[in-house]
Amino acid sequence: MTTTSAETVIAPVRAKAAASGATVRRKQGFQHGGWFIAPFLLLFGMFVIWPLVRGIYLSFTDANISGDGASFIGLDNYREALGDQAMWDALGHSAYFTLLVVPCITVLAFLLAMLAHHIERAKWLWRLCFFAPFLLPSTVAANMWQWLLTQGIGLFNETFGLTTPWLTDKSYAMTAIVIETLWWTVGFSFILYLAALQGIPAHLYEAAKLDGANAWQRMVHITLPMLRHITGLVFALQALASLQLFDQAVAMMDFGPGPELSTRAFVQYTLEQGFTSYRVGYASAMSIIFFVIIAAVALGRMVLLRNREEGGR
Amino acid sequence: MTTATTTTPALKTPKTLKTLKTRKARRPWTPSQIVLTLLGVAVSAVFVAPIAAAVLTSLKSETEAAEIPPHWLPKVWTVQAWKALWETGNVSNWFVNSLVVSVLVTAIVLSVAALAGYGFARTEFRGKGVLMGVVMAGLMVSPAVLGVPLFTTVQQMGMVDTYWGMILPQCAPAAMVYILYKFFQGIPKELEEAAFIDGAGRWRVFFTIILPLSRPSLAAVGIFTFISSWNNFLWPYMVTNNPDLMTMPNGIATVMNSYGIQWAQLMAGGLMAGLPLIIVFVFFQRQIVAGVAHTGLAGQ
Repeated sequence: MTTTSAETVIAPVRAKAAASGATVRRKQGFQHGGWFIAPFLLLFGMFVIWPLVRGIYLSFTDANISGDGASFIGLDNYREALGDQAMWDALGHSAYFTLLVVPCITVLAFLLAMLAHHIERAKWLWRLCFFAPFLLPSTVAANMWQWLLTQGIGLFNETFGLTTPWLTDKSYAMTAIVIETLWWTVGFSFILYLAALQGIPAHLYEAAKLDGANAWQRMVHITLPMLRHITGLVFALQALASLQLFDQAVAMMDFGPGPELSTRAFVQYTLEQGFTSYRVGYASAMSIIFFVIIAAVALGRMVLLRNREEGGR
Repeated sequence: MTTATTTTPALKTPKTLKTLKTRKARRPWTPSQIVLTLLGVAVSAVFVAPIAAAVLTSLKSETEAAEIPPHWLPKVWTVQAWKALWETGNVSNWFVNSLVVSVLVTAIVLSVAALAGYGFARTEFRGKGVLMGVVMAGLMVSPAVLGVPLFTTVQQMGMVDTYWGMILPQCAPAAMVYILYKFFQGIPKELEEAAFIDGAGRWRVFFTIILPLSRPSLAAVGIFTFISSWNNFLWPYMVTNNPDLMTMPNGIATVMNSYGIQWAQLMAGGLMAGLPLIIVFVFFQRQIVAGVAHTGLAGQ
């Protein structure tokens, strides 16, 4: 649409350019762009592509941390990984965490944004309060909650009159990490929702009001449909981030795997294999498996989006 | 969106004009506003409570911080934990490291991503489509996903336990290239064409026309990069064990490991690492919110 309108504006300029023989120069202007991309490609090649290629190579070897004397062992690492109960457990923990966090964050972020959007006074204050935790480093946020939730000296149980062993019992440990994560990261999704709410044209609501729609109807028939895109986005971004759970889990569990290994995330298990057991080949194989999972989730979202757009048309 | 705007014409009756005018004056406290504001205060209190608890704990003595049962307010207020941490620890060192790493990462990401985004948006070369696909695939690679191979790569380059080893792997963000690429695509080509006709070169067009137009997008990318780099824990954790090179999030994590758990110091350290960004946020709220929203929304 924009191109057509610009086209009509620019047509005289184009004609003039063609007349003066400047077309060639204009076209040349858009060529030879390789140099613009070169610096990025260099870094991207060194720290994204090469590790990926190297990871694939290492995953077929029994390499240790020094990288010397690795021999090719074919698919053994993958075979071992698929039969490794500890890996499946770790993957299960990451998935479980994701299943808990993603819906909670989406709903919570939406509610917070609705609240902040509709209070007329001191808007900056609500924004600050809901968003501030996101600005804390992961370990700092985790330490704060570790302290709050520690049995005996923690203020959380004290304040609510509980005696829950949040960090030492395997049936609560993951919940503790989920609570911390909600508090710490909901601010990001909150901001996305808030921006989207502010982007909904006010006249839609005014028109609905004139038609006699009440507040609830306006929310269901205007706000929610207008936010559908953002909800999909928040869902996807959160899912990809949550699957990569690591920082808060290790920081809250004193850099260990949690009570009875109950919070050991996939990333953590991979790093343990690589850096503690020095099994770089095996860790690489798991990294590649993880990469495939992440890519599948991301591609799944893209396919869903495309289908929905086509269905919408 | 477009269909909605066309079907509902903007109504400019005298009545709506009047409400617009009164909106500028202070609104009265309607019952619903009172309820909402109270709710807002309550929810905000829940969000601020952990930070407040950390501040209060950092102002207790070490023995009081570990007392059972715990209490919110210190009986004896003391800055001893802050002082001890500052004197014994490497906090000032870590702070400088964090600053150096985050500033350099932000500067490099901005330059590299702006150039690449422009290159992808506005220049033609063989294999561009394929390259773009590869970059999109790079969106899925992070230290969390490919940690071990990334580490051995950096090790091979001899950059373990160096500043560059911490900085450079954070400097190839496909996402930022993609965001700026999208933005540059939206700038009318004709602006550049006019400049080419006037004899300006590629680079001059980039620096004098494109960059000034992109200031908000560049700010958004810069702010978001700075926040994530300042708070990055995983990569520095993997690439260095040297206390002299650690950044704030990592250094603070070692406070806990090395001294046993000294809660007052731990909280003081956490606040030293966390408060700078929060204070910056208070002053640049609008820009930061816009930055986060912009970079996040570009994920669409």
